[in-house]
Amino acid sequence: MSDHEYTPKSKVGKWFNDRLPLLTLANHLTDYPTPKNLNYWWTFGGILTFCLITQIITGIVLGMHYVAHADLAFQSVEHIMRDVNYGWLIRYVHANGASMFFLAVYIHIFRSLYYGSYKSPREVIWIIGMLIYFLMMATAFMGYVLPWGQMSFWGATVITNLFSAIPLVGESITNWLWGGYSVDNPTLTRFFSLHYLFPFLILGLVVLHIWALHVPGNNNPIGIDIKKPSKDTVPFHPYIVIKDAFALLIFLLIFAFFVFFSPNILGHADNYIEANPLVTPAHIVPEWYLLPFYAILRSVPDKLLGVIAMFAAIFVLVILPWLDTSKVRSTVFRPIYKQFYWFLVADVLILGYVGAMPAEGLYLLIARVATAYYFAHFLIILPFLGMKEKTTPLPLSITEPILGGSADMAMAKNNSDFKEKL
Amino acid sequence: MKIFLKLTFFFFIILSLILSRANAAGEQQELLKVDWSFKSFFGKFDRASLQRGYQVYTEVCASCHSLKHLSYRNLAEKGGPEFTELEAKAIASNFEVTDGPNSDGEMFERPAKLSDKFVMPYANVQEAIAANGGAYPPDMSVLVKARKGGANYIYSVLMGYDEPPAGMELDDGVYYNKYMYGNKIKMSSPLDDDIVEYADGTKATVDQMAKDVTTFLQWTAEPHLETRHKLGFRVIIYLSVLTILVYFSMKKIWSRIETKV
Repeated sequence: MSDHEYTPKSKVGKWFNDRLPLLTLANHLTDYPTPKNLNYWWTFGGILTFCLITQIITGIVLGMHYVAHADLAFQSVEHIMRDVNYGWLIRYVHANGASMFFLAVYIHIFRSLYYGSYKSPREVIWIIGMLIYFLMMATAFMGYVLPWGQMSFWGATVITNLFSAIPLVGESITNWLWGGYSVDNPTLTRFFSLHYLFPFLILGLVVLHIWALHVPGNNNPIGIDIKKPSKDTVPFHPYIVIKDAFALLIFLLIFAFFVFFSPNILGHADNYIEANPLVTPAHIVPEWYLLPFYAILRSVPDKLLGVIAMFAAIFVLVILPWLDTSKVRSTVFRPIYKQFYWFLVADVLILGYVGAMPAEGLYLLIARVATAYYFAHFLIILPFLGMKEKTTPLPLSITEPILGGSADMAMAKNNSDFKEKL
Repeated sequence: MKIFLKLTFFFFIILSLILSRANAAGEQQELLKVDWSFKSFFGKFDRASLQRGYQVYTEVCASCHSLKHLSYRNLAEKGGPEFTELEAKAIASNFEVTDGPNSDGEMFERPAKLSDKFVMPYANVQEAIAANGGAYPPDMSVLVKARKGGANYIYSVLMGYDEPPAGMELDDGVYYNKYMYGNKIKMSSPLDDDIVEYADGTKATVDQMAKDVTTFLQWTAEPHLETRHKLGFRVIIYLSVLTILVYFSMKKIWSRIETKV
């Protein structure tokens, strides 16, 4: 994929590389030409890889001590917290790591939305990313069930019950998911098994995600195609590596603050009460990162339609590359879309907020309006805006953001404004 | 630096979302706030308070509330009440546990050892419910973490017994409490002045006992809190130094090309 052929210097290296070109791959990864104007929003890819690896490693250690049994799970988690050496640390890293993972993935997704990274020729990267996101939600949900506290149990009950809305076969599907007639031990053991499996599926998809990225190369803040390698690019190592490392460390500082100084603030107190099928908690709320979808689910009065709306909310993201008709990638050159972009951000935050509130009165009304707007953004605003919007002039390259020697003063001024923005 | 402002902005939006959720169901009375010694960045337990709290637990709470995730050895461990090993052994030996089977195949009673879990007040949940007028006295091991408001909530409930407001009808065996969810509690006020006699001479007021036992319960819920704070401080320092070093390395590397980073 690099433009030049790579030959290892040593004889052994050459012998090995002819048989399995791992060294060529390593060379490609170090030399990989990256746009030099990437801002810090681009560091979240590396951060997410770190998050995944952290979750897998801490998860494997937790799996050594955890007991997937309805009568023992809660106790085994307490055993980890009390008696396993640094078990409290591993569990708090894992639990808060899930939240940090989602924080990073939401920034990553919204970065992509802002700079149009999902557009041609990067549709496949985007779709794989959405698959990863979907699997992440499934994995996180099942992970939250494992401690077998009250929220675990009732969250599992609510979510698995959604499938009973499917006409005709709904109930059979729900029973099949449960492995019985209610959420019970068989449900817990299969969730544990799948919770262990899914991260490795995600890992595989991450490899594909990066592979697909390395075919067209990175998008960049001004969203234009660039020649690679050229004056507009820098080799991945050391430029991007050191920058990613710096951003990761900032991220880790926040992460560490949660783990060591308020490890339970992101969780729900009720999950420290052992699961009890006879007592329903006052409010059943999912983890914060699922709240926008939970709000969409509850905003529709019909159960089946609610479930459809919730899955549709994810599906519109998958087909986003074809919904956005604008040829211009970066929002920097789309003054009207920029406003709608921030409306969408606000809309999703509002959905998250009402998702945590009881579905009644004003909250329900807000949830309905926000849900309608969410779909309107993707299904109405994006297709039409792309055709109507007048975009500002695009620069020719990163180093020369605007056509050199242009007599047009307005363009030149644009140019200097633009540099400041970067 | 603009980027950090943006990042922190996002961070706080999300944090405020979470916090607003935490307050969501909070239509009830605002909790009493105590300046706990274990709360701050360097927070530690007040050792004497933990020991007194243990005394309140055994003499008052333990007749109904279990601490099933704790072992007697925990009482002598670092970061806890730190009784001496002899004291912890003496405490354990006050309790009888069933062991066995022995070589004759029979179960037998023996005094508890350090390695034993805390003895439960009731044989099973049903017995506990039957003995308490239909309400199950919750296990107290992680009680502080299992209630919104944490230590302040536990303290507030202990201090929150009062006469019911005019017009509120209470059934037999139900008591009014300002801070309990729904204001009704099936536990009568457990603390009275001088209900325990502290060995260290501290005056056993209701407030003092409530603080001590809450501190003790914070420890049972988070036995490694002190290690966590201590380690956390070191991790933050380490990461900060490393961040600064990496920042300057980054500046140096990127200075080779004419692009700001």
